[in-house]
Amino acid sequence: MAVITMREALNQALREEMLRDQDVFLMGEEVAEYQGAYKVTKGLLEELGSKRVVDTPITELGFAGLGVGAAMVGLRPIIEFMTFNFSILATDQIINSAAKMFYMSGGQFKIPIVFRGPGGSAFQVSSQHSQALESWFAYFPGLKVVMPSTPADAKGLLKTSIRDDDPVIFIEQERMYGHKGEVPEDPEFTIPLGLADVKREGTDATIVARSLMVPVALKAAEELQKQGISCEVIDPRTIRPLDIDTIVESVKKTSRVVVAEESHPFCGVAAEISMEIMDRAFDYLDAPVKRVSGADVPMPYAKNLEELAIPGVDQLVAAVHEVSYM
Amino acid sequence: MSKQTAASEMSTGSGEKTRTGVIDQDPPKAVAQQLKTVKQEQKHRVDDIDQKTLIDLYRQMLLVRRFEEKAAEAYSMGKIGGFCHLYIGQEAVAIGAISAIRTDDYVLTSYREHGHAIAKGISPNAVMAELFGKAGGCSSGKGGSMHMFDRNVNFLGGHAIVGGQIPLATGVAFASKYRGTDQVTLCFFGEAAVNQGAFHESLNMAQLWKLPCIYICENNQYGMGTSLDRAMSFQNIAEKARAYEIASEFVDGMDVLAVREATARAVERARKDFLPTLLEVRTYRFMGHSMSDPGSYRTRAEIEKHQERDPVKVFSATLKEKGIVDDAALAEMEKSVREEVEHALRFAEDSPQPAPEELYTDVYANPIVPRNRGIDSK
Repeated sequence: MAVITMREALNQALREEMLRDQDVFLMGEEVAEYQGAYKVTKGLLEELGSKRVVDTPITELGFAGLGVGAAMVGLRPIIEFMTFNFSILATDQIINSAAKMFYMSGGQFKIPIVFRGPGGSAFQVSSQHSQALESWFAYFPGLKVVMPSTPADAKGLLKTSIRDDDPVIFIEQERMYGHKGEVPEDPEFTIPLGLADVKREGTDATIVARSLMVPVALKAAEELQKQGISCEVIDPRTIRPLDIDTIVESVKKTSRVVVAEESHPFCGVAAEISMEIMDRAFDYLDAPVKRVSGADVPMPYAKNLEELAIPGVDQLVAAVHEVSYM
Repeated sequence: MSKQTAASEMSTGSGEKTRTGVIDQDPPKAVAQQLKTVKQEQKHRVDDIDQKTLIDLYRQMLLVRRFEEKAAEAYSMGKIGGFCHLYIGQEAVAIGAISAIRTDDYVLTSYREHGHAIAKGISPNAVMAELFGKAGGCSSGKGGSMHMFDRNVNFLGGHAIVGGQIPLATGVAFASKYRGTDQVTLCFFGEAAVNQGAFHESLNMAQLWKLPCIYICENNQYGMGTSLDRAMSFQNIAEKARAYEIASEFVDGMDVLAVREATARAVERARKDFLPTLLEVRTYRFMGHSMSDPGSYRTRAEIEKHQERDPVKVFSATLKEKGIVDDAALAEMEKSVREEVEHALRFAEDSPQPAPEELYTDVYANPIVPRNRGIDSK
């Protein structure tokens, strides 16, 4: 298997799926001639042409809605948000149109669309360009929400998302585009949605982590191993539908669990996962579920403050200590 | 009105001069004048259309009128829930415009859509059953008054966020061009939607990419209880198309044939050259915004003034004067339409409620139950 970056893995997924299905088109700001603001769409215009790779004006509500309309009549749009921060302008079309169309039409109009782009914390771009929005989207029935943490997951999950008949919110972590990993070359390599992955096996405590928090959790697990604590790291990969059973199985084994996320804590995904664990595995817990989240503040610009706002290895180690009563 | 303050001039592509800044002409006055002239033309238009089409148009308008009256009655009896926005007074717009397209063309509209749904070919039975929240409704009882859909006749909804359907329709038109078909899309919306960003974003993309979408603004002069002059700085909506270099026309929405002709011109542009058009169709709703609106923001005199130009009455008078129908034929039509509406009411009454298990169907087209999930996995 080739070792490539997450950026390249996403690019391969887009290219392969667009070659596979003529109904797939890609639209967004700077996706074509500029080759993508983060170069995820590099080379696609040249290979696939301007009919299939479409540069848009800065008009997020407009082109998100255009994509949903095109999906109503059978096309399979991939709508890129230059960053998910700008998807906020398009939420009416994502939530009121994409998420609800199939239901409110009594099952007549499915919406096979992918909204994708970078999200989560970025590097020193302050409050409006650095935030995690997955709990917003995951809240709505009708949407699927996917957050890969490795290049292979990114490729396999994006291909599945494009082939899926429902609207998928596909959030790529902005800091992770350069992360490298082994990625299968088989064009039929896909990963099902709703399937968590055990990123590291362990017996003493479970860390549930997604997106940027997965590499942080793996580092914390290494650190804890040196102290004799064996951690299992579970990446749900899909926030909705959530593979809660894999998490619960792990909790039944370890009896201690930390849920890590870079998003704000209030009404967040970790809150939901914690509730599910209490509901399904309360009697197996030896300590209350511990949540480690990003700071409950808008993202600051100053480098030192920004570092404080995003959970790091030390906080995860401390949290595992806490649930282990150490 | 205040004087022109911005003296700068710019030339348009056609060489005409147009002012920027404050405009010293009162647009509503100019519009009213135009309305008068346009109205006189219905009789001439009759000559160009075959008799069967004329009678069909009239019958459809009458059907929608009687359907809405029956819906109001059923609503008052508590048989229809939620919001119910009636189309009475505006029938000429949906029926005129939709008569100018093919069955395989697309229609999207707002939440005031019972008339459009029937005009596009959904049966009054299925529309009434949807209002009743029954399984036999065109959206299986899940959409209600504001979300009628039927993919068999390319009626793509019923959308209830003001202006939300405008980017959607633009996308449907994008798909036609992408696939190289000659299908066109009609997108209906009220004048209040023109103040939404979705309108402007869509018109820009439609002309930028030459998409076969026809934007039909049904200007009934009130966004709920707020009159146009309290909500829009520049009220000549057709003129706004110029900001996007889109072709536009001002149309008398009380004349079904005027709407049909203007739409036909737009359809030709869209089908042949993938060009969008904006039609501003001036109309008036005779009822409140919804069934719960007493309408205290309008005077009785104002409503009566518009009712003199009731599109159904104007058209039947024209048809009679032209000798196309007589009183007996009109009475016969009235009878058959009333029967059809009664039948729809009975169908809706008799249609079963959606089964309780339908609550959880149609959320996802590809539902995914994560592996190993237990019994309480809903």
